[in-house]
Amino acid sequence: MGVVIKVGMADLKTAKAPDSLTTLGLGSCIGIALWDSTTKIGGLAHIMLPDSTRIRNNSNIAKFADTGIVELVRQMEALGVPRRRLVAKIAGGAKMFEVSGTTSVGNIGEKNAIASKKVLQELGIPILAEDTGLNYGRTVELNCSNGDYIIKAVGKSVKTI
Amino acid sequence: MGKFSFDNVNSMYIDVLRELGNIGAGNATTAIASMLNLTIDMKVPNVELKAVEDLGSAICPEEEIIVGIFLEVQNDISGSMMFLMRLKSAHYLVDRLMGGMGGDKGEGEFSEMELSAMKEIGNIIAGSYLSALSTMTNLVITPSVPYIAVDMAASILSVPAIQFGQFGDNALLIETEFGDEVMMEGYFILLPDEDSYDKLLSSLGITF
Repeated sequence: MGVVIKVGMADLKTAKAPDSLTTLGLGSCIGIALWDSTTKIGGLAHIMLPDSTRIRNNSNIAKFADTGIVELVRQMEALGVPRRRLVAKIAGGAKMFEVSGTTSVGNIGEKNAIASKKVLQELGIPILAEDTGLNYGRTVELNCSNGDYIIKAVGKSVKTI
Repeated sequence: MGKFSFDNVNSMYIDVLRELGNIGAGNATTAIASMLNLTIDMKVPNVELKAVEDLGSAICPEEEIIVGIFLEVQNDISGSMMFLMRLKSAHYLVDRLMGGMGGDKGEGEFSEMELSAMKEIGNIIAGSYLSALSTMTNLVITPSVPYIAVDMAASILSVPAIQFGQFGDNALLIETEFGDEVMMEGYFILLPDEDSYDKLLSSLGITF
């Protein structure tokens, strides 16, 4: 059995089988899991905001979908994984409070999901599965041995995508 | 006058915000006491600056279930505020409000009735907090209806983390402890929009 490596909020990490990567309690943030079936190397980014170019204070690149995903891909390439072999699964982007209208709090989760998908598409990384939106938090775990992305939520059965 | 950010605050601003937190939380606690017809003690609130990335585990472990009440505020200042409680405290408070009819006193799920009672508690607490703020600053502050979420701490706290994260790396968390024979912990998070911080502080005679 490998170890489970924790990825914090606005954080990103890579791991190799038999280890797994986890991030606890994703709310409106997105957990982007990248994986290569040949080397069994995986990466997990926990991003908070869609776009670093719209924020004045953007020194932490792991905080944003655009810079965070690019950095995760760079780190995985540095480990010898060619980009064309990477596949992605994403989860999170919930709307934690049923705030009416289109305030920033109301739709940030959705914006995060859209931005993450756009960045992955631009990098040519296929999205194999996603579990985004709705109104509940998710704990996710990427199993680097088989690429399973395991999603746990309060009062719901465990889901594997 | 510069733009406010928690990344460059000095101790005076923290003191002012602590005092705002203190008076607001005191007002809110008094409101609960009179609503429940209880004699309630409260400790001096603890005001802490937290790195945004650490907010998810600032109250309890990330996956522990908490209750979060969220309100939007508008008028002279705009933004939002949150009131958070760990499950045990929330159950106790709801049970007191419902005169011992709250049913589950443990860690379990809330019934529709309990959720609605919890929302009302949140509404009163947040409303009295904001009215203290409004009196002190002479600003008109109007809250929206309350929204409630019962979920993992990190998930609920991602909402304020994201809001703070848009203009800095730090968030302000106000912890208050109150109760009768049982002490309950509640947490306030004020999330004024960027421009509203300037307004809030300058209405108290502070410029930077």
